[in-house]
Parts: sequence; C-alpha cells; structure tokens
Amino acid sequence: MRPNAQIDTAIDADLRVAKSLLRFNTCGSVDDGKSTLIGRMLFESGVIPKDQLAALEADSKRVGTRPGELDYALLLDGLSAEREQGITIDVSYRFFATDKRKFIVADTPGHEQYTRNMVTGASTADLSIILIDARKGVLTQTRRHSYLVWLLGIRHVVLVVNKMDLVDYSNDVFAKIEADYRAFAEQLGFDEITCIPVSAVRGDNIMKHSTATPWYQGATLMGLLNEVQVDHSRLRNDPLRMPVQWVNRPNLDFRGFAGTIVAGTVKPGDMVRVQPSNKTTKVSRIVSFDGDLPSATVGQSITLTLADEVDVSRGDLIVTADSPAEIANQFEATVVWMNEGPLLRGRTYLLKIGTKTVTATVGAIKNKINVNNLEQVPAPTLGLNEIGVCNLELDRPIAFDAYKVNRDTGGFILIDRMTNDTVGAGMLHFALRRAQNVHWQALDVNKQARAAIKGQKPCLLWYTGLSGAGKSTIANLVDKKLHSMNRHTYLLDGDNVRHGLNKDLGFTAADRVENIRRIAEVARLMVDAGLIVSTAFISPFRAEREMARYLLPPGEFIEIFVDTPLSVAEQRDPKGLYKKARRGELKNFTGIDSPYETPEKPELRIDTTLLSPEAAAERVVAFLQARGALEGPA
Amino acid sequence: MSLTHLELLEAEAIQIMREVVAETEKPVMLYSIGKDSGAMLHLAKKAFYPAPPPFPLLHVDTTFKFRDMYTMRDRMAAESGMELLVHKNPDAIARNINPFTHGSQVHTDTWKTEGLKQALDKYGFDAAFGGARRDEEKSRAKERVFSFRSAQHRWDPKNQRPELWRLYNTRKQKGESIRVFPLSNWTEMDVWQYIYLEGIPIVPLYYAAERPIVERDGALIMVDDDRLPLKPGEKPQQRMVRFRTLGCYPLTGAVESTATTLPAIIREMQASEVSERQGRVIDYDSPSSMEQKKQEGYF
Repeated sequence: MRPNAQIDTAIDADLRVAKSLLRFNTCGSVDDGKSTLIGRMLFESGVIPKDQLAALEADSKRVGTRPGELDYALLLDGLSAEREQGITIDVSYRFFATDKRKFIVADTPGHEQYTRNMVTGASTADLSIILIDARKGVLTQTRRHSYLVWLLGIRHVVLVVNKMDLVDYSNDVFAKIEADYRAFAEQLGFDEITCIPVSAVRGDNIMKHSTATPWYQGATLMGLLNEVQVDHSRLRNDPLRMPVQWVNRPNLDFRGFAGTIVAGTVKPGDMVRVQPSNKTTKVSRIVSFDGDLPSATVGQSITLTLADEVDVSRGDLIVTADSPAEIANQFEATVVWMNEGPLLRGRTYLLKIGTKTVTATVGAIKNKINVNNLEQVPAPTLGLNEIGVCNLELDRPIAFDAYKVNRDTGGFILIDRMTNDTVGAGMLHFALRRAQNVHWQALDVNKQARAAIKGQKPCLLWYTGLSGAGKSTIANLVDKKLHSMNRHTYLLDGDNVRHGLNKDLGFTAADRVENIRRIAEVARLMVDAGLIVSTAFISPFRAEREMARYLLPPGEFIEIFVDTPLSVAEQRDPKGLYKKARRGELKNFTGIDSPYETPEKPELRIDTTLLSPEAAAERVVAFLQARGALEGPA
Repeated sequence: MSLTHLELLEAEAIQIMREVVAETEKPVMLYSIGKDSGAMLHLAKKAFYPAPPPFPLLHVDTTFKFRDMYTMRDRMAAESGMELLVHKNPDAIARNINPFTHGSQVHTDTWKTEGLKQALDKYGFDAAFGGARRDEEKSRAKERVFSFRSAQHRWDPKNQRPELWRLYNTRKQKGESIRVFPLSNWTEMDVWQYIYLEGIPIVPLYYAAERPIVERDGALIMVDDDRLPLKPGEKPQQRMVRFRTLGCYPLTGAVESTATTLPAIIREMQASEVSERQGRVIDYDSPSSMEQKKQEGYF
C-alpha cells in the first residue's frame, strides 16, 4: 500500500481522526482593522515563517501605518496595485491550522465591489466574522454585511468588537454595541450570534483571555473557532443529492457516474432516481481507486455504477428515489447583480446550477433590496452590486431544491453569452406554479401544415441598423417583391408597433429591451402561422437580437445588418431625429447617447453606401433564394 | 463520522479536475516533477478511475533540472499510462540560455515562461492544470481556481471572474485559455500529509542525504553535474541536506536537514521557521516579482 512511507502512529492519528475543516469569511473595512485581525490570527497560530516575519518588520518600517510596531495587515495585501492604494480590492484566501482544525479564511474587502466580493467569500463559508470598530458601534455597513451573509445562508456569526483599547476596554461600550446588534439581527434570524471584545493590534481575547477585560467571561476568538459546531450533520441526514458531473466510460463494460455528493449518504443497494427524467434504479457499486466503498457521504467526490441501463448524462441529478428534488422551469429567485450593465427584464443569460447549464430569461423584477435598511423597493432593473427578487424562465425543466435547504442544488450563476462573464449569482426560492399548469398547447394544425397550404417555408428577416440606415425602405421593397412572388408575408415596422402594441414603452434601455422582446414574441407567433415575417427595428443591443434568434428553430432567424455609418445616417436624417437628439431634445438616441452594438455574424450585411435600396432588396431576395427559403416545403 | 480536512481537500480537487474534463476541449496537466505535481497526478488518477486520466502530461523542460527529477518523470509517466510531452524552447537551445551566463531571470523567462506559451500554442491546449497553491506567495492568495489567460497568455488580476460555491464558469473566447489550480486551497503541510497518507512517490532529493554542496550568497547549491562553474577556490563539500522545493538545480537552495523519512519531514515542517519559497532564487529578483511574472505569462 505505501511503498515509500514509514508508518508513524502519532502522525497517523493526527491525520486520520482529529482534524476537521472550517471555512469562514471576514466582513469589515480596512478602517475596522480587519486585515490586522487576520494578520494577527495568522501570527498567533504560528504559520508565519521567520523569513516572512523579517520581511514584515522591514515592510512595517517602510510603509506601515503604525510607527515602531509590526503592521500585521501587511501580511495580507498581495497585489502591488493594492499595496500602493492601501486597500484590498478582491477576495483573497488565507490558511492556518490549529491542533484541532484547518481554517480557510475568505477575506473580503468592505469598500469597493463589496457586494460582489462578500457574496463570493460567503458562498463557501460555514461562519462569518463581522467586525465593528468599538468607537463607532453598529453602522450601516454592519447591517449590510450581516444581511449579505444571512442571504448566502450563513447561520452563525461572530461579532468582533475591535479596537477595545481605544475605548479603555469599557464594558458599557461593549454591552451597548452587543445589545444594538442583537436587536437588529433579530429580524434576520441567525441561529447563533457570539460577541467578543478584541484588540487586534494588542492581541486581546484573540488567543488568550485579556487581563484588560476581566468582565468578559466568554470564549476567545481562536477558542471559539476551534470549538464551534459546524452544520454538516444536517446535510448528512438529508436525502441524497448528487449532480452528475462526468460519465466515465473507459470501455464498453463500464459506465460510471462521477460527481460530488452535496447532500445525504449513499451505499450499494440504495434505490435512486435520476432527475429530471425521473427513471428509478438501484446503486450497484461505489467505485474508487482504493477499491469499492461501502458507503459515501456529503462532501465526497465519487463514482457510482447503477443496476439498470438508464439514460444518465452530465447535468442530471441522482437523488434518493422516494425523496426527489422538485422539477420546474420557472422560478422566483434572489439575484445579486455583478456586472456594469444592468439586469433587464426580457434578457437571456446562461444559468449554471450544479453541473447543468441552461438558458434563462429574466421575467418580472419584483423589487430590489436596500441592503442598508433591508427595505424592499420596486425596481425596473438591477444595477451593479444590487440585489433583487425576480422571476426566471428556463428553456427546459431542471431539478432543484430551495437554496435555504441546499446551497448546491439551489445556488446558480448567470453568464453573459457574448462576453462569457459571470454577471450575476442567485438563489432559487420556489417554483412558480404557472410552470406546471400552463402548457404550450399542442395544436393539431401545426406550422408545417399552415406553411404547406401556402407552399412556402416560414422565416423571420430581422433588419437591424441605425435610425435612418434604410431598414424600413429596404424591408418594404423586399416585402413587395416577395408578395409579387405569391409569398405570404408580414412586415412589422418599428414606428407602427410603437403606435399600438408597445405604446406604453419609452426609450430607456429597459423599455427598449421589452419592446424587442414583445416584437420577437409576436414575430415568433407569425412565423408559427406560416408567414415570412420581416421586422425593421434599430434593435441596438446584441443580447435582444440573440434572444429573438433563440426563440426560433435554427435557420429560421435571418439577421440582416443594414450597415450605414453614423455620419451618413445623420446626414440623411429623414425624420429630423438626429437634429433633435443633437439639440438634446431626444434622450437615449442610438448612436448619439445610447450605443449601437454591431452584429458580429449577421446572415447578411448590406452596405448602403455601395448599394441603392432597390439593389439591396434584390440582394436580400437573391440571398433567400440561394438558401432555398423561397421554395415550397419538401 | 465527519470527513477530515484532507478528505475534503481531495474531494474538492477531484471535482475541479472533472469539471475541466467535462467542459473544456483539450486539457493538459503541467507536470513539473515536484511534490505538488506528484500529489496532483495522484488526484487525477483517483478522479478518473478506472479510466486513466483523459489528458497528457506536459513537462516544460529547462534542461537544468536535477538528474533525479528526469528519472522520476520518466518513471511516473510510464506507471500512469499517460502520454508525456516534453517541450524545450528551441530558441533557448539555439542561444544556449543558461543561468550562469544569462542570470536567473533570463533563464527562467526564456525556458519556462516562453517555453510554456510555445507548448500550449503548439498543441492547442485550452486548459492546463497547475499545482500552484494560494499559500505559496502573497500574490497567489487572490488567484482564482480557474484563471483565464488572453490569447497572448496574459493575466489580468483586476478582471477576474467571481467563483461562488462549487460553480466554475469555464466559458472562454476563441484563443483564450484557462490555467486551473486544483490545489489552490492546500497548504505545503497539507501536501506533505497527503503524500504520507497516500504513499505517493516523490523525488529522493526531498529526503535528507549527504550531497555535494557549494554555498553562494547564503544559498546551498548542489553540484548536480559538471555544468556548474566553480569559482576559484570553491570546492563542493558533502553536507547533509534536503530540498523543500525543486526547480533548476543551480537556482534551488537546499536546507540542512536530517529528515530521511516522511514522518521526519512532517515533524521538521511543524517546527519550521522559514517559508518554502525561500530556497528559490527567482522570487528575489525584484519586489512583487512573482506577480509581474504571472502577468507576463509565467504559470
């Protein structure tokens, strides 16, 4: 078994039995002495080697904030840009260990990007340390930090009241802060709150009880971290949840399902269900490099084989057969927005949950939360670092649990399909019943049947370009040509739609997204009716055009970029709109004070500086003919 | 019975490796022959068992590794049944780049940084596993598990994706690639304990033995072959030493030690008062040198 290892019983005992893992995060700003506190913990636990301490002494003399003393905060600031600015700007991870535990600390800054960073750090934490400056007491940021860690599912907070040395170690000051905090935290409902009076600079009540606070009888910070019970046991007793991560097929005789158990335990013989297909079967083996395992539990990464040849692939969820997860495609969720551009109703993103990635469309945004006072306020959009509740509609059903039951089967990230950035994170609350009750009515007379009567193939010609580019002119000419060829068409024109269907919408980014969403949905119904549909809208945002593309089967969406330089369009200015916009009378005008995102891969690009409208229309018709779009169905 | 910290770290590393295999097109494992590479390779065997790890090993060779390391590399590749790719920067060969005449910085830049970029481009790998840990060095504490590189292999520390829960966004633009660090949350001690518990083979240089040593600027340099130019009057002396990290032999300092077994190494670590990278000459080139190297494409 161990070719080159010599057995040492003391080390064996230490490794195999005792040590557990506690992950925690720290909330507070540099001013509260957070970096100093963590630096102090690292120092006290003895993980700082001598050569680094020597470097610390040198750094403290050079850039330290406290002349003549060690500046423990300098142990933490990693990137040179931050060291120059004197603030930490990102999540960083630190490690230390005691005889009982290994600790992973997610250190998150209190300033810039606090929501994004704190949510990231808290997402994997079992416990949070919230730092307060004893001179300042409970502040807005304290409430904000508490709400965020509560939102991420942390149920145990440690309130560290720091800088006690600067308030003469006053019991009264500490007692008032503790009472204030408990009164506030009651509305959140943590399971456990521990308050500790500390001076990080002097080391009071960090490792050892301080003689300066004889009135404090509770645990020291390190004592508490060593002893605190971590809530793994609840998840161990929950029903099995294992997202299938990878199907292991080294040869025809072996088919294993690899994944990490996120709830429950499993052993050979257990009845399991594969979701969302809902097929049931039995666990045959738990295969491992060290031989088959008799059982496995939450936290382990394993490989299962199943008794029956059921269809299982990445993204499926293996669960206890009689305690399955819920299945739905519409949800209410809390979303934390992490992107410069806002979250808008109608936008479509990739949603990754567990090992599954699906397409999600943002439905109604119900409210956003003022993280400073926990008030819910109505909001049409969510901006960077804002948190709100909204509906999400997925392109297919998924198996899930509410986030408060399980972080892994209820937590998700949102990914922008163009930039591939992670733009948001969220927590599923519950399925919207609508999902189960409203089915798409399968009609006997279908699209093919309707199109067949007309002897045509339905499609959507999506013209996009600046105002005055010539979209409507070209679309009109194309429509006339198709009509004369006995094709049944319909042209949805921007101005006309705004007179009726969309007369309630303005020109803000949010309204523009909704405008395009409605048009895309109407166009989809018309294509379904068997028509060749044209739309002529500026449709400036790539995301909405992509959304329309995804509504239709592949090949039926034809994006036509009417490419006219801004200077040319402005010169033409057929409706006098550019002049108005330049005079500031028209806000959010595309090309002037609102962006136009150029199509990356349009099916057809028309350069109107080279082609007349008539020639352009001929190009479009020729393009359709070449694609076989004007032939009758086969 | 709750899982120990090593069991949880193992499960996390395995989950990361499987995610890469499931979501990228052409992954590779960078194998530098050290203890972290050894632990990572062992984890890969566990992650994909009974299949062999579904990616090759890549060694970006500088031609100045210890001789014991080359022996170990070939043995491990043979035992794992994985394909071993060895890349030596042809430009460095042509210019005969070495640490003695060109200095440690040019040597490392040319063989390792440039060599790595060449190898990734040559084979078209879109994801590369590395054994780096966040505890190694301050600038690494903020490194993501999935770290994106532009088509020019540059790292932008100000524009990293948030990593929540166990969810990794692996999507990338054409030409971009990902460096993946499954051991991000491991410490040096964790690695040693894991090597001990799992019986993972390591290069004998990690164990203390009598070795021919010259002392230069406080660093104990082993005379591993006759390429090391001796200064006038300099004479290698047999000293009882071992190595905490392994790199190019002229750039890697030994420590005096009597730890000839794994338990002795662990006990020595527990009492240790210096950090692991102290033996590395490259970290001392300039302030924040590691961060700068990373932005330029060093692993």
